[in-house]
Amino acid sequence: MTSTESLIDRRQLAYIASQAADARLNVELETEGMTLNIGPQHPATHGTLRIIAHLDGEQVVWAEPSCGYMHRGYEKLTEVRTYPQVTSLVNRIDWLGSFANEVPFILAAEKLMGVEAPPRAQWIRTILFELSRIANVSLFLGDLGVQLGAITPVFMAFRDREHVLNLIEATTGGRFHPNFDRIGGLKDDLPAGFIDETRAVMKTMRNFCTEIEDLLFGNEIFQSRTRGIGVIPKDIAMQYGMSGANARASGIDWDLRRDQSLPMAWDKVEWKVWTHPDGDSFARCWIRLQEVREATLIVDQLLDNIPTGPIMAKVPRIIKVPEGEAWVSTENPLGEMGYYVVSKGDLGPFRTKIRSASFNNISIVPWILKGVYVPDIITILASLYFILGDIDR
Amino acid sequence: MSSTDTPIAEIPGDTLRERIVDDLRTKIGADLVDSLVKPGDDVWVRVSTDAWRRTGVALREMGFEYFCFLSAIDWMPSPFGKGEDDPTAPPTERDDTVKQGYAGGATRMQVLARLVHPALHVGINIKCDVSDSEPVVESWVSVFAGANWHEREAHEMFGIGFAGHPDLRNMYLPTEFEGHPLRKDFPLLARMVKPWPGIVDVEPMPGGSADEEGDAE
Repeated sequence: MTSTESLIDRRQLAYIASQAADARLNVELETEGMTLNIGPQHPATHGTLRIIAHLDGEQVVWAEPSCGYMHRGYEKLTEVRTYPQVTSLVNRIDWLGSFANEVPFILAAEKLMGVEAPPRAQWIRTILFELSRIANVSLFLGDLGVQLGAITPVFMAFRDREHVLNLIEATTGGRFHPNFDRIGGLKDDLPAGFIDETRAVMKTMRNFCTEIEDLLFGNEIFQSRTRGIGVIPKDIAMQYGMSGANARASGIDWDLRRDQSLPMAWDKVEWKVWTHPDGDSFARCWIRLQEVREATLIVDQLLDNIPTGPIMAKVPRIIKVPEGEAWVSTENPLGEMGYYVVSKGDLGPFRTKIRSASFNNISIVPWILKGVYVPDIITILASLYFILGDIDR
Repeated sequence: MSSTDTPIAEIPGDTLRERIVDDLRTKIGADLVDSLVKPGDDVWVRVSTDAWRRTGVALREMGFEYFCFLSAIDWMPSPFGKGEDDPTAPPTERDDTVKQGYAGGATRMQVLARLVHPALHVGINIKCDVSDSEPVVESWVSVFAGANWHEREAHEMFGIGFAGHPDLRNMYLPTEFEGHPLRKDFPLLARMVKPWPGIVDVEPMPGGSADEEGDAE
């Protein structure tokens, strides 16, 4: 009896001594801090973003993203290509929603040429645009779980996203890089059976959203890891040029699909722009979940009455765009994606400024990571949602 | 092309966008050098280099709170064309007259930024000349925090300095990299070595006639 007691005492003493040693060590370290490299290869970076975080204990003193591991110089490359050749480049900016990248560039070129795609092409463009959004954001919803240590959602996301990719592949011939949009219309018409198939897939995607909502958004751990974490106030979001779901999660009621007139079919259907007042990680994730749902409803409505007619306007075989400057941006899956195209009446653009959503959305990272705890870095980055190709271009 | 000789002026006006230009003119006065309103489309203004930051402040006060992007344009035509030349042949003579775009200009380099009014859903493109001898403009970081990265990018790609920027480190390129890749006189080396075969893309498709219309490629 006594021998066990003394054993426990000795253990306790040893434990206390080791704790005291640790504490002394911590006191010594506290003044120095520690620099932690997250990435370039890290599951939370969707590519190769490196974040240099300077830590004081568990808190971030400052953090600085280091970009450029995937810079491909598309702005320079557009200057040596013809207009129709640029779509194959810009396809690869946000590689999860490729078709959506092509649309604003083509619209800018059409604006300069004074060409408008026929109604049928506009509707099919809008359908494919929303399908890209669903494919892109549904992967975000699955990936979100992985960042928090839940493995199941990502398998569900890959399972259901495959159906959407099949639809895109059936129409365009490419799962990831469609290269399908043309100045004046589209390359091809919809394949046979597309409408029925898409309706079924949209139902599947709505079920997927409900599943994710039950599994993830109602989860207590998920809520405690995201609620009140990484709050971005409205004015800060504006200053940094945050767009898309990140802006709407900060209470900014702004959606380029609704708030500008483009030759697309969004104004022909009924849908809702979701906003959230909180501005935290949870709000950003929640908005995206609602947007996938809303996108499936948009597609469903568009399928009901696709106009008949040609899919290509009359454009010359060799495309020369008249001199001028044009800016067109659309509400892409990641936020506002725009092209400032300068034409000199040549075969290709004189200068293209590619304004990608993630570049602005990620430039807030040094501000938002200040003072957060290490595990929250990952959830905040995940909720800001970026694609590396969209930052570096 | 200056704002006076564009055919766009014939289209009926756009009171909202014209009012924005007038409001800006009352705020910054003669520093608003030139402007162009494309009705129902967009606005371009050019301000003097010294008033660059003041324009940002004035526009923010007018409600243009959303910072869209900041970049630059090099108006010099590329001495290398589109890289279609044979590298072994003697270089082709090219027209090298610098010709600015909307809202005019006097220098080869121009800074270009875009701000958006989130309530009116109207954007404005702001340009300013950057002199060749001293390519520096004031930084917008203290006006729009988001300009930080955009100015770093413009500095690296065009060699334009931003006075008052906290840290103009390179974003993409190595620190010791020489040159500014998006300047027109910076050669695209891949094209110097091997000309792009796709620049003349007019061969008829097999089985199709060459003059058919409606085919974009």
